Amino acid sequence: MMIKVIKNTLSSLMLWELLKGMALTGRYFFARKITIQYPEERTPQSPRFRGLHALRRYPNGEERCIACKLCEAVCPALAISIESEQREDNTRRTTRYDIDLTKCIFCGLCEESCPVDSIVETRVFDYHGEQRGDLIYTKEMLLAVGDKHEKQIAADREQDRQFR
Amino acid sequence: MVQIEIDGKLLEVEYGSTIIDAADKIGIAIPRFCYHKKLSVAANCRMCLVQVEKIAKPLPACATPVAEGMKIFTRSKQAVEAQKSVMEFLLINHPLDCPICDQGGECDLQDIAVAYGASGSRYTEEKRVVLNKNIGPLISTDMTRCIQCTRCVRFLKEVGGVQELGLVGRGEHAEITAYVDKSVNSELSGNIIDLCPVGALTSKPFRYSARGWELTRRPSIAPHDGLGSHIEVHVKDNKVMRVLPREKESINECWLSDRDRYSYEGLNSSDRLKVPMIKHNGAWVETDWKTALEFAAGQIKDITKQHGGAALGVLVSPNSTMEEGYLIKELAHGLGCDNVDYRLRQTDFRLDGKRAGTPWMGCNIQEIETLDRILLIGSNLRNEHPLLAQRFRKAVNNGAELSIVSPLDNNPLMDIAHKVIVRPNDMVNVLGQILKAMSKLQRLSLCLPPSLELLLSNIKVRDNTQAMAESLAGLGGEVDLVAPKVGIFLGNMALSDPRFTEMYSLAEAIGGICGAKGGILPAAANSTGMHLMGVMPSPLGMHARAMLEVPRRAYLLLNIEPELDCQHAALAKAAMAQAECVVALTAYKSAALENADVLLPIAPFSETSGTFMSMEGRVQSFAAVTKPLGKCRPAWKVLRVLANTLGLKGFEFDSSEQVKDKIFNGEKPSAVVWRSMNNNLKELVEIEVNVKQDGLQRIGEVPQYESDPIVRRSAPLQKTKYNTQPMARMRAEQIVALGLVEGDTVLARQDKGSAVLQVKLDNHVAMGCVRVTASHAGSVGLGDLMGDITIEKYEQQAVVRA
Repeated sequence: MMIKVIKNTLSSLMLWELLKGMALTGRYFFARKITIQYPEERTPQSPRFRGLHALRRYPNGEERCIACKLCEAVCPALAISIESEQREDNTRRTTRYDIDLTKCIFCGLCEESCPVDSIVETRVFDYHGEQRGDLIYTKEMLLAVGDKHEKQIAADREQDRQFR
Repeated sequence: MVQIEIDGKLLEVEYGSTIIDAADKIGIAIPRFCYHKKLSVAANCRMCLVQVEKIAKPLPACATPVAEGMKIFTRSKQAVEAQKSVMEFLLINHPLDCPICDQGGECDLQDIAVAYGASGSRYTEEKRVVLNKNIGPLISTDMTRCIQCTRCVRFLKEVGGVQELGLVGRGEHAEITAYVDKSVNSELSGNIIDLCPVGALTSKPFRYSARGWELTRRPSIAPHDGLGSHIEVHVKDNKVMRVLPREKESINECWLSDRDRYSYEGLNSSDRLKVPMIKHNGAWVETDWKTALEFAAGQIKDITKQHGGAALGVLVSPNSTMEEGYLIKELAHGLGCDNVDYRLRQTDFRLDGKRAGTPWMGCNIQEIETLDRILLIGSNLRNEHPLLAQRFRKAVNNGAELSIVSPLDNNPLMDIAHKVIVRPNDMVNVLGQILKAMSKLQRLSLCLPPSLELLLSNIKVRDNTQAMAESLAGLGGEVDLVAPKVGIFLGNMALSDPRFTEMYSLAEAIGGICGAKGGILPAAANSTGMHLMGVMPSPLGMHARAMLEVPRRAYLLLNIEPELDCQHAALAKAAMAQAECVVALTAYKSAALENADVLLPIAPFSETSGTFMSMEGRVQSFAAVTKPLGKCRPAWKVLRVLANTLGLKGFEFDSSEQVKDKIFNGEKPSAVVWRSMNNNLKELVEIEVNVKQDGLQRIGEVPQYESDPIVRRSAPLQKTKYNTQPMARMRAEQIVALGLVEGDTVLARQDKGSAVLQVKLDNHVAMGCVRVTASHAGSVGLGDLMGDITIEKYEQQAVVRA
């Protein structure tokens, strides 16, 4: 009992706890930093990263999507809604292709089901909306994402090709 | 009965049935493409190969009759290998375009390939490509996908009655094609879409618009003819996307007419009225329900108060539901108005009050197939009842003899034993001849009532009518029948003829002698139901025709476009124009309703619940398949609230079921129907057989795709060849007799009205007749559907004079 009291008194006088804490701080102060300076710095991403969706085009500018609606059917979150029609050149095309990103769970099934590699998930994850409706991406927005990132998308698909 | 064993299961089946029938009976699935229970066996797809014990090679289950003690294996090694090989062969030339194929997701080939095919393809050579055929506005083709099962070919030949598609070439070069430059024009053509097991034939209006799995399937009843076909309406996002048949063996089997299949396009028409409208200073103003109803009620009330209930005329479409018919009748009676009628295309009302019950077709739909002798009076069957015609065709193929008395010689696509094509005025005489000839036949010889005897005394029986009478009595055909099953039916042209009473009485007399079944073939979905409920005037009231002849101060219209749905277009137009107030309950904003004062938007059949009674007396209720568009409301609700606004009692209904219970007094509907269906007359009607007038007569047929407001707005149906601009169609001799040539522009006059038409050669029309189709903007200036008409060469001044 007595010994315990003396021990406690001594350690308080010597600021032992404080030194212990400072030692930890000191260790980390000199250790290698792991913080990434986002947005200047970025973490490395897998080519299979599942971020913002995009609709792709063929090199000749024709949209790939043929409105087969498999992505809509497979989507477990019911985030995709498609309307289709016969375009003037008699091909099957979408008139509406909406993805509700607030519903999307980024499972990647849409991408996997697509027979023409049209709907893909890009590496983009830092998009935002200021109102709720902003996160419903329409066909035009998705095509624009595709146009912007086509190079990266194509490179990623190429890298992953042998596993698909 | 034969005892067989399939996959170890013992069963007894009828002698002569096939293995596939037996397997279907106990629920063992055998894959098939070319086999269809309603078509002949082709056995050309080879998908249904099964192993049979003691037989070295696999056998096609669809073409192999069962034999005593047969042991069949559908999943044995040999059978599975055969199925797998056949599948591989079928897929050799089938393109891998399922993602853009409309059949994707509801494709037999897809399903069977998954279930019976290999997981990958070994085929690396080129696939064949077949050019697509343009076979009309209803069906789109992708012939590369075709697997040559020939179901479409067999359907059109066996059920449709004419071979419009065929298989040409052999082996790799075999392809399905129509005749050069011809389209498929059958009025049942849509069924080949359902039959096609792949995506070679798909629906053109539906093309690429939705996937099978997105659609909600809701049952309903077809609203365009008296058959009451069962339909399945496919809905997506509260919009009707397509209509398919729902199997009902005793009514539509597994088929559907094109009119019922494609009319849904009219539901989505831009013409749809979405909000109530009131005419204010000659211009239409959109308003809300309360204002519109109060305005309508106020106007009707004022007029009926000042001038009595008889100042109001109520015209009801026979395509309306029983609930709507009942409510509008009660509403009119509540206002002291007796002028209610649904028989818009009838001219002759002399039988009113003389009928013993509700007129109907006089037998069951299925029974038609079993008839031995048939007499059709004034009916263009394929135009009026496209699917019912198929039952008649079956009867004829079974050996029945068909006799036709009509002013039109249209090909019913079945063998006709006897036909007399005469002017409508002479049809009565022809029926009189048949009656006379029949009463003189030794087997049936009968003393006619003296009055009838006298009438027929100066009628001379001709050879062709003598033959017809003998045929109806049982002579002729493969075997002379002592007691043939006879059916006598009156069609639309008879129903709208001014001498319908004569035709009906004589047909009844003929039927009485030869013990025939039969009756009328009412055109609309609910004609029989409307009659059952008495949506007709009492002897004191005015019938549909009188309401227009003696114009009323106010009209209440349910679901009609007056000048297109009434038998006298010019009268209807004039009557609406002069009326102080026209309240129209309508689903469409129509040019024909320009003279209305209030338009109340009501829901078409797809958006309301209700009940139709078919021509065989089947009472069939259906529910709404979508929500009403915009501010449309079901007509029964509108009528209920209108009645409340008018301050009438007894309209406290909360559902259409309550209205239905009220109509049938809580009884079983079939019991009420059973009591009241009766084609007999209570008393003899005075008739005149020998009216002979000279001069031209009009045959104002209603084309099948102009029959009601929904059909008139279905774009794909309007593109078919059936939709023809009204023309003065006459036979060659008639054109010459009038001193005209084909292509001339003529002025047709009827009563006070006239229309400018082109002369068209049509040798199907009887001498002395001009066929000018009705229910079309081009002929609304004319009068009676079946009446006198004059034709003169059109000159510019003629119009000025008119």
